[in-house]
Amino acid sequence: MAPASRWGLRTLGLGYVFALLLLPLGLIFYKTFEGGISPPLEAIASPEGLQALKLTLLMVAVAVPLNTVFGVGCALLLVRHRWRGNFLVDAVINLPFAISPVVIGLSLFLLYGTTGWFGPALAEAGLKVLFSVPGMVLASIFVSLPFVVRETVPVLREIGTEQEQAAHTLGAGAWQTFRRVTLPAIRWGVAYGVVLTTARVLGEFGAVSVVSGSISGQTQTLPLFVEKQYENFNLPGAFGASMLLALLALTTLLAMNLLKRKENG
Amino acid sequence: MGIAVEGARKRFGEFQALDDVWIEVPDGSLTALLGPSGSGKSTLLRVIAGLEALDAGAVLIDGDDVSGRPARKRKVGFVFQHYAAFKHMTVFENVCFGLRIRKWPKAKAARRVHELLDLVQLEGLAERFPSQLSGGQRQRMALARALAVEPQVLLLDEPFGALDAKVRRDLRAWLRRLHAETGVTTIFVTHDQEEAMEVAGQLVVMNEGRVEQSGSAEELYERPANEFVMSFVGEVNRLGEAFVRPHDMQVVLDPGERTEEALVRRIVALGFEIRVEFVLGDGAEVWAQLTRPELQRLELREGQIAYLRPLQATSFNGSGVSAAV
Repeated sequence: MAPASRWGLRTLGLGYVFALLLLPLGLIFYKTFEGGISPPLEAIASPEGLQALKLTLLMVAVAVPLNTVFGVGCALLLVRHRWRGNFLVDAVINLPFAISPVVIGLSLFLLYGTTGWFGPALAEAGLKVLFSVPGMVLASIFVSLPFVVRETVPVLREIGTEQEQAAHTLGAGAWQTFRRVTLPAIRWGVAYGVVLTTARVLGEFGAVSVVSGSISGQTQTLPLFVEKQYENFNLPGAFGASMLLALLALTTLLAMNLLKRKENG
Repeated sequence: MGIAVEGARKRFGEFQALDDVWIEVPDGSLTALLGPSGSGKSTLLRVIAGLEALDAGAVLIDGDDVSGRPARKRKVGFVFQHYAAFKHMTVFENVCFGLRIRKWPKAKAARRVHELLDLVQLEGLAERFPSQLSGGQRQRMALARALAVEPQVLLLDEPFGALDAKVRRDLRAWLRRLHAETGVTTIFVTHDQEEAMEVAGQLVVMNEGRVEQSGSAEELYERPANEFVMSFVGEVNRLGEAFVRPHDMQVVLDPGERTEEALVRRIVALGFEIRVEFVLGDGAEVWAQLTRPELQRLELREGQIAYLRPLQATSFNGSGVSAAV
């Protein structure tokens, strides 16, 4: 490629990233600390802010491991056990991508609401799903379900079955083969899926907003907290919480890259 | 240990991969499964290993019916065409895999691994990763890995298929020596008849899911059971109903008894061996294999007329019995 067009493409690419990604993020950073470091810190350190942080981390702690285990299992099923219904499973797994999170939230209402299918029975058993943590966890799992599957399937396809068959002939059982051969071979696909899942759970707004009722200090995750602060004209608080969210996501990304670099020596 | 396959049948969808296959492999032998692609030879090998289940029939290893046993309990070593190296493990870890699964003590396992790396001439490369090895080295690593667990049977699926010609030749000789040293009953799959004849003591020729014939290279070459074996094992010309090996095609300059007129179309010098291509009166194309001195004595030139006399011809009647002229 000619140097001129190469520079042209570079400028275009960087300009795009700058205008659409870096500029807004940079502005949040600037706005957060415009009035000094204490207003945003105070907002986050408030009981409501800390509760929101705690809830968000809880969502991640529950949804990410569950979706990772499910995702890897589902990918194995899709790639290693060919049967006719596979295309259906494949399509259904994509549903959370296709459906608006608000609709997902509403569908949970239909299931677990006071007049929903499971709602009354669960209420009798003393389990409150809506406007409380279980419902929010369900919503988080729902919206972030496809990532690990989608990232794992192509890697699993690419490594093929020969390594696994070799392990079998060397005496390894199904679990040993998975742990010692398959999992190490697909680990970066899975890791990338985990990062995406984490990011999605951290940032989920729509579905969680519908099922949680966004009760301040009780059922507010960080994104809901950001919105509330913004509505109450507490801009430093909103920006501070936004920064915290961005930092959490960046940390996950960095952690994966560090692991990868460490491994590649 | 001896291996027997009895009445094996295997179907993949519409495709009949194995169609009533019977073979017997003597203890300690080196046997080749030879056939064109799609002949079922790889499927047969995978069935013996337990990587495919049979629809009908049985696999016996040392007299035991192992048909229902999973691959990991059959005590077979399997080597894949594309090595199936564990990419995230070093050469040492690859070879040690089976021993770790069997929970060998560390020191003992390490000794065994180094013994094997020595055997396959990779002793200096133990800490390398498969991606840092050449194809030939990877395949030797895969062999060491398969041998580490002291299998009763060693199975190789087109082991040299992905390697270039020179490395392939070296590895063939090396496999023969290895077999002589270890004495493990070995079966390997190949579509290359030269490779099969060079390496194996016994050949099983397969076609369309069936065994066409088995025996030594000499038996198959001298007494092929049918047209397929005759044309697959060695080169062959067709003269009407009869089959003639190119080296049994005598070239003379004058017509005589049982000769056929032919036009010399092309002379290909392959060193000592000369390949002379002819066109017969009916348009059929045949070729004769001559030596350089023979060619010089005949002074053949392209475009001239010569006469062909088959020294030995084989024809097959319905029952597949061969007859020499």
